[in-house]
Amino acid sequence: MIKKLSIIALTALALSTGGAMAAGGEGHVHDTAFSFEGPFGKFDQNQLQRGLQIYTEVCSACHGLRYVPLRALGDPGGPELAEDQVRAYAAQTFTVYDPELDEDVPAKPVDHFPMSGDPNAPDLSLMAKARAGFHGPYGTGLNQLFRGMGGPEYIVSILTGYTGEEKEEAGTTYYENTAFPGGWIAMAPPLYGEDVEFADGHSNELHHEAEDIASFLMWTAEPKMMARKQAGFIGVLMLTLLTVLLYLTNKAIWAPHKHKEDHTS
Amino acid sequence: MSGIPHDHYEPKTGAEKWLHKRLPVVGLLYDTLMIPTPKNLNWWWIWGIVLAYCLVHMIVTGIVLVMHYTPHVDMAFASIEHIMRDVRGGHMIRYLHMNGASLFFFAVYIHIFRGLFYGSYKAPREVTWIVGMLIFLLMMATGFMGYVLPWGQMSFWGATVITGLFGAIPWIGEPIQTWLLGGPAVDNATLNRFFSLHYLLPFVIAALVIVHIWAFHTTGNNNPTGVDVRKTSKEEAEKDTLPFWPYFVIKDLFALALILAIFWAIVGFMPNFLGHPDNYIEANPLVTPSHIVPEWYFLPFYAILRAFTADVWVVMFANWISFGVIDAKFFGVLAMFGAIIVMVLVPWLDTSRVRSGRFRPMFKWWFYLLVIDFVVLMWAGAMPAEPPYSTISLIGATYWFAYFLVILPILGIIEKPTAAPATIEEDFEAHYGTKATPAE
Ligand code: HEC
Ligand code: HEM
Repeated sequence: MIKKLSIIALTALALSTGGAMAAGGEGHVHDTAFSFEGPFGKFDQNQLQRGLQIYTEVCSACHGLRYVPLRALGDPGGPELAEDQVRAYAAQTFTVYDPELDEDVPAKPVDHFPMSGDPNAPDLSLMAKARAGFHGPYGTGLNQLFRGMGGPEYIVSILTGYTGEEKEEAGTTYYENTAFPGGWIAMAPPLYGEDVEFADGHSNELHHEAEDIASFLMWTAEPKMMARKQAGFIGVLMLTLLTVLLYLTNKAIWAPHKHKEDHTS
Repeated sequence: MSGIPHDHYEPKTGAEKWLHKRLPVVGLLYDTLMIPTPKNLNWWWIWGIVLAYCLVHMIVTGIVLVMHYTPHVDMAFASIEHIMRDVRGGHMIRYLHMNGASLFFFAVYIHIFRGLFYGSYKAPREVTWIVGMLIFLLMMATGFMGYVLPWGQMSFWGATVITGLFGAIPWIGEPIQTWLLGGPAVDNATLNRFFSLHYLLPFVIAALVIVHIWAFHTTGNNNPTGVDVRKTSKEEAEKDTLPFWPYFVIKDLFALALILAIFWAIVGFMPNFLGHPDNYIEANPLVTPSHIVPEWYFLPFYAILRAFTADVWVVMFANWISFGVIDAKFFGVLAMFGAIIVMVLVPWLDTSRVRSGRFRPMFKWWFYLLVIDFVVLMWAGAMPAEPPYSTISLIGATYWFAYFLVILPILGIIEKPTAAPATIEEDFEAHYGTKATPAE
């Protein structure tokens, strides 16, 4: 698997010579095939649930998801937890401050995920849309037209891009990372592989975990993606139909005035 | 209304006559819809309807967005996320509005280049052209201020850079900038006034569109040959024209439906392709993004703005002759506005009497080069301001001005136009008429 991935990574790299010009800076972002890419792509519900687990057990220690309401976990087109599961998850995982009781109480589905606990860690709600992958070739963005903007790829590349080098500057430790613009990131490698145990026994190798959390973050950034694509299909279909009807009407109206048309069609 | 002879509305029933005496509104609508239109109009003439649709599209989606949006620096970004996540259908409304701006500008650029090729700006359509240019300027202002509203990083920094341009004006620049922003920097006051104006300007545009249509209904449409419709009698005029309804309405609607199908695919499948990822990060006055890039439709003019750096000789000359008042930054601002002003003046810069580029063998090539130039400038505008991109921008900007200020005036004198058909009917018959195939 690692071999296949590195082959993919290398091909993507070779195809996109000058791939160093990622939109965000000079980091290397490699292509990852996600289930939700393209007009027909769908979120993989199990993958989103695994991503939620990784977020809860690892990332939430530092990162918040302030724009995401907990109830969204039960919405169609997302992880689709059952209603009681959402309620239990909210109550068992997070607390919110209740001004009336003047104390922290278990969170309810109407509450949002918390803000970042670590002030230096950015909120992750929109991270998958706030970063881009390779904007090439030659700055044309054609790659993104066909493969998506590349935010989730960027996240995978960050999580798997650590070289193991560290340095300390002004009291902060920086970790060398091939995807991060500038090459040194202040986040210690959050995932090493086998960081979480999935109930269904799914692989918890590093790159699998990275893909799972990246998918989940794509969902937190674009929770209505499934609904949007469906609206896209219906709209395109209806408008195509309308186009055909108007084409025929137009031809019929003009026919008497275009004598040539009488002979050729 | 039109100078072309044609049938007018005759009220028939008693009620129609009653109303017509008091308010001839039905007659106005009838004459507008039935206006004689050159029958040889090609597909480049459909973009006016696309633009009219865009204006309605933007106003309708915009009004719905306003119902859920909060113009305050602490809440604007979150209120957009509220629209995207909690408002029923909100994500579609927002993406439709966001990408609608791109469709609007895409259409307006084609519409403008159509006018430039077929000489639609020439007499007697100068007023139509100038009103169009005013619309274009207002569209840019509206688009720019709209992009500030979501209060993302690009919103904030784009606003800072562009309003900063006013600061480049000597002496009075900084007071003007402060006055525009409502304070020393882009802040809540700026956001509020931009919101107010972003709501207002589309209605000003709507009014100007009515004037625009009034103007070209008075002169009649231009057409691909640039040859005038015969106006001596109704019979002759009818050989050159067909009424707008149903012939051109249906043709335009067919094209519009096709364009909307493609547009809808973009909204449904890649709504963020034309945007910038940084605008999904909330505005932060303390963190400057690594590249500040405007929306794609501003890029050609942005490239011209940045093309004139201090080491370009015209800039040095301007600086010397103005005793240092005109520095590189101010020169860039002048160039950017100048690039639009030369377009406004094109009816008088083009000395050729021949309207349509079809019959101008030399003009054609310079025109195609101008289109390429526009695309190259757009690309260069997205690149960092460093060699080789700055040199490319400079060459592109120079050609832009040369086209309007040198090439068009000279071409009209030295060029020998080819023969145009005598009438529109002749052109139409050559394409669709009995001459091409034996008569029945
Ligand atoms: C120990 C705290 C901590 C944990 C745990 C953590 N992060 Fe981070 N993360 C940070 C900090 C601090 C930064 C800011 C780094 C910087 O800007 O140099 C950051 C930045 C990021 C970024 C943004 C990089 C950029 O382009 O600016 C992403 C994406 C990210 N983290 C993802 C994750 C994911 C996914 C997890 C869980 C698997 C995770 N983080 C766990 C502290 C943490
Ligand atoms: C809101 C924006 C605009 C709308 C709704 C609009 C609408 C229209 C319509 C419906 C037509 C007639 C059909 C056609 O020729 O396509 C037209 C013609 C024209 N427009 Fe615009 N327009 C807009 C902006 C502009 C701009 C920015 C310019 C450039 C200066 C411009 C220049 C012209 C010219 C010269 C004509 C006459 C061409 C002819 O009659 O053949 N328009 N416009």
